[in-house]
Parts: sequence; C-alpha cells; structure tokens
Amino acid sequence: MSADDFRIIAPEGAAPTAYGLPLAVLAELTHRCPLQCPYCSNPLELETSGAELTTEEWCRVMTELADLGVLQIHFSGGEPAVRKDLVALVRHATEVGLYSNLITSGVMLTKARLVELADAGLAHVQISFQGAEPGVADRVGGFRGGHAKKLEVARWARALDLPLTVNAVVHRQNLHQLPALIDLSVELGAARMEVAHVQYYGWALKNRQALMPTREQLDVATELVEAARARLRGVLEIDYVIPDYYARQPKQCMGGWGRQFFNISPSGKVLPCHAAETITGLRFDSVRDHPLEWIWHNSDAFNCYRGTGWMPEPCRSCDLREVDFGGCRCQAFALTGNAANADPACAKSARHRELFQLAEAESAATPEGFLYRNFSGGSRERR
Amino acid sequence: MGRVVLSPVQRVALARHARLRFDKLRDRWILLVPEKVMVPDAICVEILQLCDGARSIGDIVNTLSKKYVADPGIIEGDVLSILQSLADKSCLQIATAAEGAA
Ligand code: SF4
Ligand code: SF4
Repeated sequence: MSADDFRIIAPEGAAPTAYGLPLAVLAELTHRCPLQCPYCSNPLELETSGAELTTEEWCRVMTELADLGVLQIHFSGGEPAVRKDLVALVRHATEVGLYSNLITSGVMLTKARLVELADAGLAHVQISFQGAEPGVADRVGGFRGGHAKKLEVARWARALDLPLTVNAVVHRQNLHQLPALIDLSVELGAARMEVAHVQYYGWALKNRQALMPTREQLDVATELVEAARARLRGVLEIDYVIPDYYARQPKQCMGGWGRQFFNISPSGKVLPCHAAETITGLRFDSVRDHPLEWIWHNSDAFNCYRGTGWMPEPCRSCDLREVDFGGCRCQAFALTGNAANADPACAKSARHRELFQLAEAESAATPEGFLYRNFSGGSRERR
Repeated sequence: MGRVVLSPVQRVALARHARLRFDKLRDRWILLVPEKVMVPDAICVEILQLCDGARSIGDIVNTLSKKYVADPGIIEGDVLSILQSLADKSCLQIATAAEGAA
C-alpha cells in the first residue's frame, strides 16, 4: 500500500480516532498455487481447499465489506484463478460497488476467462514476474513455462484494455535483471510497476540466506529505480519497497495495525495483515462465526496492537510512534520473539546492528538451494 | 508510448481504472485507483466531473472561470497542473481535439 493511504479518511470535522473505517481488503481466495516461490507470503501452514469459503460465503462477505466502508478488494491467493468461481466473485464485487483488483501469477488464465473478468467489471490486473527471462523466472517460481505464459497473459490483458501492474519481487538471485524487468514492464504496456524487495517472514525467512541481497546490490537497485522513475515519468509509475534489514527506519506496515486494512484467509480468518499468523499466540476471528463489522471493532487480534498504548520502549517515548507505529509486528516477532517490540529495522532497536550484520554475512555466503513453497512443508531445490 | 503533456485543446476523461465516487460513510468524494485511495479536494472533484471526454480542457477552463468570475489564465494553470499530475499517474484517457473522444 502506498504512503498516501496512511491518513485516516473520515468525514470532514469528525473527531480524530485511533483507527478508521477499513479502506481495502486483501481477499486470499485460496492457498492453492501452481508456483512455489521461495518467498511466498502465505503461511508455512497452508489452508487446504476443503477449508475454503464457498462462493455464497464470499458473496455474503463482500456485501458486508461494502456496508462496512471498504472501497477496494484485492483478489489474491495463492493463485486466485484456481477458484472456478472467480468471475462470479468479481461480478459480485462490482455489484456491491467494490473496486476490484486481481493479483495473479497469470499462469492459469485463458483469454476467454480474461474477457469474462473484464466484463464482470474487473478494474485492474497485477501480474507477478519472478525474473526478466525464463531461466531465472521459472527457477525462482519453480514452474517450467511460467514466464512465457505470463507474457502471453499480460499481452491479452492489455489488448482488452485492462490496466496492468507488473509486480517484481526482487532478491539476490534476480536483482541483476531489474533493468530488463523495467524494460519489460514498459514493453508490455504496464502503467505501474512494483519493485518489492523480499520481506522476511514465513517462507521467505526460511529462504533468507538464499535471497538476501548484498548492500551493493541494494544501492544499485535503488539508483536504478530512481533513474527509471525520472526517465519514465508519465509512462510507468514505479512503487519501490526497500529491504528492512538494511533500512534505518521501519516501514509504517499496513499503514498501522488494524487502522484501515485487513486480510481474509481462504477459510475466512480475518487477519490484520497477511503475515499475522506468523505471530503465535494471537487468536483470529472468522467470518464464519461473526459479522465483519463485529470483527473489525472487537477482534482481539486487531485491538491488541491498535494505537500506541501497547508499546514498550523505545517506541513508547519516540516522536515517530504515530508515524510508523513501531514498524512491522510480524518482523518484530520473527526476530525478537515479542511482536510488541520495536521492529529491528529501526536504528533504535537493540537488535538493529545485529540485523544489519546478519544481512551482510548471509548475502556474502554461497546461496543454499531454495526451499520451495508447497503443501508438504516445502521441498529443497536440487542443484 | 511517451509521456503526454496536456494542453487546452485536448479532451480528457478518467481512465477505466480510475473511479470517482461519493462515499456516503465518509461523506467525501473518493478517487479509486489501483493500490491507492485518493481524496480529491472540492475543486479537483469539480474539474473531474467536467472531464467527460467531450469537453476540451479549454472548455473546462471557460466554464470554471465564468462560474467563479476568475482570470482564465490562472484557472487554466490550476486545471492543467491538476490534470497533468493525474495524467502522469495514468489516471486519464486523453484525446486531442481532432480525434474522437477515447
Ligand atoms: S508468491 Fe508465488 S507461490 Fe506464493 S501465491 Fe504468489 S505465485 Fe504462488
Ligand atoms: S523507536 Fe519505534 S516508533 Fe520510534 S522510529 Fe523506531 S520503531 Fe518507530
């Protein structure tokens, strides 16, 4: 999400609140996916197809979302196109007035299905690319033929005049292709590109050693993005997410915990962020048990890190506590064992130096084979 | 495709993926684009409502300068700067006066 989304949008003159009405929702329709990206943001413990919400349940949920004030729905996964009812779900989103975005790997889409999706009111498509050519891309995605298929789907989308974002998750093993990825985005007619360094929790944490960029790679990438932004103004908008381990200040993750976004898992669990399940001990409520409005206001998982009252030092007395809200809770938990601690990406965290050194050491070592994401706890790449 | 620099002869409309709507719950106009929710101010909303793909930017400037009894030169500067920033975010469909509306 972009920085602009951070401000709570309330009626003019309304009293300030700790959290607003939710603006956007990430709907993870399924955890099934033909790809096996080693940095997949899905939990290690993937939800099976039998547990997924039905079409009727998703439609009811979308109606509730619209009533609650949600404006945008991002259909994601896993691979959302695995769901046979994707077109029906997009149509329902349109009917209840939700702006819909499809976040897809592309590999399961046909031209006919894209036409149906466009007719159903889909506003935007985002396709992930794992590299700029099949060699790197298909290896990272763990799916042969994937890259070629993605190119085809991106071209169909543009031919249908569907606006396109190219999503490129970048790391040590594909950063050398960043210039080619930028060129590819322009060539495909994407108006937007996301260049996102891997965020390390879940699968990515297991693959950190193989994915961590060197400091030099990061600096080169940042310069490249800056130059491309200037060169491609009005042609390609580039959103850039830097890697936390080399940062000095943490991100305002999700625009603040439970402030205006949330995530719904395939089985209907309502999560303050897509990685929230990595924080053990949090209890999540399900759309199967409660109305969404009740969950938004009452779920413990949301209320425990809302506002600033839960913060220990150094965040408690920091001037930036209402700017970044102490960074990412999931990262704080992954690296310090306590989700309330300052995100170690912050220079004021006691763990910050250590993090930096760890990143430098891991990025200098020979990379291990990937641990590919799948339903059986992951498979080690054979090299 | 290169960057389009707007001029008064062009006719513009919101792109398919940029949707302007009034949000009752928040009591505000909202402009929805991928990954972003923008809150246009009153003047921006008024301009966008005039961007119907039929009027030229010059027509919009005339309409507004009559309505607000203001110097067309100043209004033109404001309108162009607002629309150019939206065009740079690829939120607009643009047609020159000679072509049909996109
Ligand atoms: S990150 Fe890769 S494996 Fe995970 S859902 Fe997306 S495409 Fe599938
Ligand atoms: S101390 Fe906490 S609030 Fe202050 S900058 Fe660091 S993470 Fe943010």
